[in-house]
Amino acid sequence: MTIAGAPAVSTTAGRPLLGGRRLPLDWIGTVPFLAYVAVFLFLPTVIVLGGSVFDANGSLTLVNFSHLSRVYIVKATIQTIGLSAFTAVVGAILGALVAYAIAVGNPQGLLRRLTLSVSGVLAQFGGVTLAFAFIATIGPAGFVYLWLAQHHADIYARSTWLFELPGLALVYLYFQIPLMVLVFLPALDGIKPQWREATESLGGGTWHYWRYVAGPLLAPAFLGATLLLFANSFSAYATANALINQGQPVISQQINGALSGEVGSFEPGFAKAIAVEMVIIVTLVTVLYSLLQRRTSRWLQ
Amino acid sequence: MNVGSLSRRLGLAVVAVFVVAACGSSSNNTSASCSESTAKTATSAAACGGMDALVTAAKAEGKLNIIATPPDWANYGEAINGFKAKYGIDITSDNPNGSSQDEINAVTQLGTSSRAPDVLDMGKAVTLANVALYAPYKVATWGDILDSQKEPTGLWWQDYGGYMSIGYDSSKVPAITSVDDLLKPEFKGKVALNGNPKQANAALNGVMMASLAEGGTPDDISKGVDFFKRLKQAGNFIPVQATTATVKNGTTPVVFDWDYLSSSHGTDVPTWKIFEQSNAILGDYYNQAINKNAPHPAAARLWEEYLYSDTGQNDWLRGKARPVRMAAMIKAGTIDKTAAAALPAVNGTPVFLTDSQASNAKNFLTAHWDAAIS
Amino acid sequence: MAAVRGGFQRSKRLKLQVFRTVVLLAAGIFFLVPIGAMFEFSTRGVGDKPRTLEAWQSIGTYPDLVAAITASLELAAITTIVMLVLLAPTMVWVRLKLPGLSPIMEFVCLLPLTIPAIVLVVGLAPIYNWMGNNFSDSILTLSFAYVVLVLPYAYRSLEAGLAAIDVKTLSEAARSLGAGWLTVMWRIIVPNISSAILNSAFLSVALVLGEYTIANNLLYNNLQVEIAFLGRANAGVSIAVAVASLVFAFVILVLLSFFNRGRGRLQLADLQQVMRTERG
Repeated sequence: MTIAGAPAVSTTAGRPLLGGRRLPLDWIGTVPFLAYVAVFLFLPTVIVLGGSVFDANGSLTLVNFSHLSRVYIVKATIQTIGLSAFTAVVGAILGALVAYAIAVGNPQGLLRRLTLSVSGVLAQFGGVTLAFAFIATIGPAGFVYLWLAQHHADIYARSTWLFELPGLALVYLYFQIPLMVLVFLPALDGIKPQWREATESLGGGTWHYWRYVAGPLLAPAFLGATLLLFANSFSAYATANALINQGQPVISQQINGALSGEVGSFEPGFAKAIAVEMVIIVTLVTVLYSLLQRRTSRWLQ
Repeated sequence: MNVGSLSRRLGLAVVAVFVVAACGSSSNNTSASCSESTAKTATSAAACGGMDALVTAAKAEGKLNIIATPPDWANYGEAINGFKAKYGIDITSDNPNGSSQDEINAVTQLGTSSRAPDVLDMGKAVTLANVALYAPYKVATWGDILDSQKEPTGLWWQDYGGYMSIGYDSSKVPAITSVDDLLKPEFKGKVALNGNPKQANAALNGVMMASLAEGGTPDDISKGVDFFKRLKQAGNFIPVQATTATVKNGTTPVVFDWDYLSSSHGTDVPTWKIFEQSNAILGDYYNQAINKNAPHPAAARLWEEYLYSDTGQNDWLRGKARPVRMAAMIKAGTIDKTAAAALPAVNGTPVFLTDSQASNAKNFLTAHWDAAIS
Repeated sequence: MAAVRGGFQRSKRLKLQVFRTVVLLAAGIFFLVPIGAMFEFSTRGVGDKPRTLEAWQSIGTYPDLVAAITASLELAAITTIVMLVLLAPTMVWVRLKLPGLSPIMEFVCLLPLTIPAIVLVVGLAPIYNWMGNNFSDSILTLSFAYVVLVLPYAYRSLEAGLAAIDVKTLSEAARSLGAGWLTVMWRIIVPNISSAILNSAFLSVALVLGEYTIANNLLYNNLQVEIAFLGRANAGVSIAVAVASLVFAFVILVLLSFFNRGRGRLQLADLQQVMRTERG
């Protein structure tokens, strides 16, 4: 009874006794997470990003960052941003459609179980095997291509686009869409059917429902998922390396080249500088995303 | 009195000789001679008390960590099984698809861990760049290796090699009689390299081989880059990573690769053939080294002894690679004659890149390859 | 009027069904055909030889595979549990008490995805080295790194679930009835974000079962490393074993999906049950 009146979160600053005591207590709740992340995420990140300012002899230098202006690095950066943005947006839209198709179905049904399990598996599927799956399907020796070619529809008449950025984008969608389904579905599950009925009973149609009811509620989750898809595509390596091994159009391939290999191309400081560049790019996209979040919530209000 | 002191001194001298002899013989006693600490710095089997002592010490260690040594690479699988069967030492094979730099990274990153690699098998550029990480060792058959193929103090030495070749599926493309054939329309969308020349040894040598075939010299890889540019413009070159699956499925029926690696495609594609142009026989050897901080130093050294015994060398030969002791073994008659006869035919003078030529090639590729190929 | 409304409802339901069928059919084709192509390839014989399941049969003959599968399953379980225990309460806490921390948490949970795995290994190696020398270098220590790797995915899924329910009102209501924080988390919040928790568990298990780079570069032999090893035998085996790994992960996830009691919506019964327990 005495607790009923007191709010769970203190909104007033300044009641010195309670206010002063509450803040440190609140932070305690985040300590386990922050401690864990400090050791296993921040520390490795600092080691990696910090290594970018050292050269081979261990002295401080900015030469690794100057190497970022190399033509092939700039090209790879721009291409990767474009590829990631495309697969993020298209993957988000298509994934949202598939998620919606599942969400309106039986929540205990077999279809939902199977679709989500398949999505889980495919969201993390990638690399040489995924590349081969597409090669075996629509590659120059793939059965879909051969069937189309027999029917006078040579899809590689101008160029074997499967082994270029368009093909890579298609292959990326293969894991982007399931990922979207998995991270967006909980938001769709939160939509109560009563709201649809309420909208209709008030005379609103589908447009009104999506524009004023479901849309504003789903927008944050949708944008957040798109951001995740962007980062997922941006740092992907193995699939791009299997499909487009020459030319290395994707920035993570350039990093790998500087850290691995046989011919003495080892430039660890440079690889770390590229990693710094990637973190900065994703940070900028995240800032863009939060601006978009705020703007969208204002529009849709 | 003089006789007395003389006989006493003589007696002391005799005792001294006996003591020294006894100490000397106890250090040759197998039970105590090849301990962990001596194995770590032993520069030969003899320094570790002889082969038997080495074997005992290795068996006591019981394990060996190797890296980037897949069983289908130069028939390593047979060597691994043979070693395990002969000595009962368990072998842990890590990172089978790893590159030479990955091996070095594992050594530096794992430091003194018991999971660190014991022995390394690397390409030349990486071997030369990391000499500080190796322990010097000379195998029993050290003398059979030419001076140009080993480091004088035993820090590294060559193991097996082959020649750059064009492997192709003769049922999918016409027979290849020269590198220029690849520019023909029958090869549209069919030619691939094994790896990226900016990082992979096989690919770099593939481009260099094309350069030599086009009339270039080992100092200048530009003709090779130009050749691949033309190949790409003709639509014949595809940038996909060639794997056993893409070869079998017919996506990459033509692959530039080392002849001994290329021949393994024969298990999937019976019609696989190897072509080496007579004016462009480009060879390269890989190199062995022992990790200075090897967690199993005796087993590491025993493994090297095994690889450089006739059995080990013939294992590599059966994998269509040319073992470094081949010339000496042919003279001694210990070579596996059937395997030697099965090697791809080579009818030209082999060329081997020097370190500076390889490094120049790499620098040129780093600056020009991506632009030429995209 | 009712007839018209009924007809309107029927046509809308029909439209929805058509939409569902078209979308799921198209998705099914897009996602399953490449897998079928892989399976078809793995049954090809060599040269002119007929189709064979030899590649599949040979998978069972590799002894190291069982150890790798066991290790990966253990890693999946540990990673998922640690991740849920660490992340879910923290996210609820931040939502309720420290909303200003939310953007920071969002960024922290996106960071693991911005750095490619091969570079992350460079940073993780010294930590794992220290752990190996002072605690243990068992393969199960990989779960520490995996929890971090799965944060981006799990965070997004849990965030979507938490945003869909009014965490503040629910927890306040429960707290005002005398529930402790543990009860609030376990009895009130968790059942209402069960879909989100399940999906993040899916992503976590699938990530661990599919993870290759970090395990490989730290020289551990998990499932994918072992598969890469096996795959070198010949082309058919390399694809067969990859498809087998997908099917295996799929089966694990389907089994996991039966853990979801899936009420999905807050029931009055939850609050009533809390009242009963707390009042004794």
